[in-house]
Amino acid sequence: MADTLVPEIVDAPPAEERRRPPRVRKTPVTYLMRFVVTAYLFFLVAWPVSLVATNTFANGFDSIRSLVEDPDMVVALQLSAYVAVWSVVINTLFGVGISLLLVRHEFPGKRLLNALLDIPLSVSPIVVGLALVLVYGGRNGWFGPFLLDAGFQVIFSTPGIIMATTFVALPLMIREIVPVLEEIGTEQEQAAESLGASGLQRFWRITLPSIKWGITYGVVLTLARSLGEFGAVKVVSGNVLGQTRTATLAVEEKYLNFDQQGAYATAFLLAMVSVACIVVVAIIRPKNHP
Amino acid sequence: MIWFSALVLIPLMAVVVTAVEGGWDVFWATITNGQTSAAIRLTVLTALGVTAVNVVMGPLIAWVLVRDRFWGKSVLEVMIDIPFALPTIVAGLVLLSLYGNDSPVGVDIANERPAVFLAFLFVTLPFVVRMVQPVLEELDRDVEEAAASLGASRITTFRRIILPSLAPAIAAGAALSFARGVSEYGSLVLLSGNLPFKTEVTSVRILSSIENDNVPAAAAVATVLLAISLAVIVLLDLIQRRVAARG
Repeated sequence: MADTLVPEIVDAPPAEERRRPPRVRKTPVTYLMRFVVTAYLFFLVAWPVSLVATNTFANGFDSIRSLVEDPDMVVALQLSAYVAVWSVVINTLFGVGISLLLVRHEFPGKRLLNALLDIPLSVSPIVVGLALVLVYGGRNGWFGPFLLDAGFQVIFSTPGIIMATTFVALPLMIREIVPVLEEIGTEQEQAAESLGASGLQRFWRITLPSIKWGITYGVVLTLARSLGEFGAVKVVSGNVLGQTRTATLAVEEKYLNFDQQGAYATAFLLAMVSVACIVVVAIIRPKNHP
Repeated sequence: MIWFSALVLIPLMAVVVTAVEGGWDVFWATITNGQTSAAIRLTVLTALGVTAVNVVMGPLIAWVLVRDRFWGKSVLEVMIDIPFALPTIVAGLVLLSLYGNDSPVGVDIANERPAVFLAFLFVTLPFVVRMVQPVLEELDRDVEEAAASLGASRITTFRRIILPSLAPAIAAGAALSFARGVSEYGSLVLLSGNLPFKTEVTSVRILSSIENDNVPAAAAVATVLLAISLAVIVLLDLIQRRVAARG
């Protein structure tokens, strides 16, 4: 294996050299475009986001402190974290499974499945919530009464929130893994197989290490998306204070109750997490794609 | 596979089934109801407008990010992804703090139609940029230089060489941003005020139907949204296959 890799590594630097763009010719147009883009992003993203931080710390650390001391808020934050972790775990397991299925196997309806996987990205979260209520709703859903009899309430409780969150974050993991799997091909696995490795061994020793970066991005993106999900959760959770209210629902509630400080503080916490997530992705990505 | 159907397919089917259960007439009456059709019209028109802006700004941003080099570029790079990662409700709050009633710049568009436009603009920002960027990076500079050396002006080079290769990426990004715009909910809750006939979008309309226990109506409107997103997905698939076929 090492033999096949060496020539590539030797070849890489000159190729990189050649592809590096020649010194850009600076014209007024360059500066104009630079200015337009910076201003656009500044007004649309940077300034509003920074205002949330300013508003949060307008009274020093008071708003953050009162947030952490409010037991309902603590429960909401814990619930958000709990749901996000579950959704990440479920999506990771099934994301890897579905990606392997999509890349390595041919079956009828594969293109359809592939296309359907994008639905959660483009469909409205409200529709997602509605759909889950219709099927798993306690009183008159398709499966709801049956599950309720079995002592398992889905809608208006934590499993429903986890399902809604998993639904909306579903494609992120798969879309990160599929391209990587397609690129690495099956040669190494075939080699391992010919050397007598079992299916499980091949997966652990060959497949998993090569897609670990894809999984990492997938996890980070899924985490960010899951923490931030609002619409779908709003429909399925019932928003019971201290029980099924997540942090995002709390932001709305606080704002509508004229508790602006609390809303800004919660929003600031959530924003910090998501910004941290994308910064992490931005930092680790270049290492993988030199 | 079973897991996927239990989570995604069956619930979505349930929506459609509930919508058509009442028969075609009821379905049609629901979505042509004055308030609902106003909401759908507002949503679709705004999403189209925002997509148009993104089609212009997206490639421009991507171009600057790929071809230009200046101090602070990596910050811009991270900023593009913020709308994607930021919880939508936070996005609404964020925009409200700058463009709401106690705005430091004196622009108050809360509860007005431009608020819907602005919210869509914010949440759909990354799509076109992120689709165009990798294509632009792959693009061979030699071809552009060849065109320039043969006497093509910068505008001609852009129009004849660069734009055609970017077109599929722009189209795909536009489709995604349209779909995202149509389905947007979270950022509008606080920003737009959800006034019927004025700033109420389709998602909000569905939610109020659910809260009034009018599930068939909610399902009918949801089916319309579902149809739009399916159409977008099919379009995306076609674009991708065309690109793949061309090599």
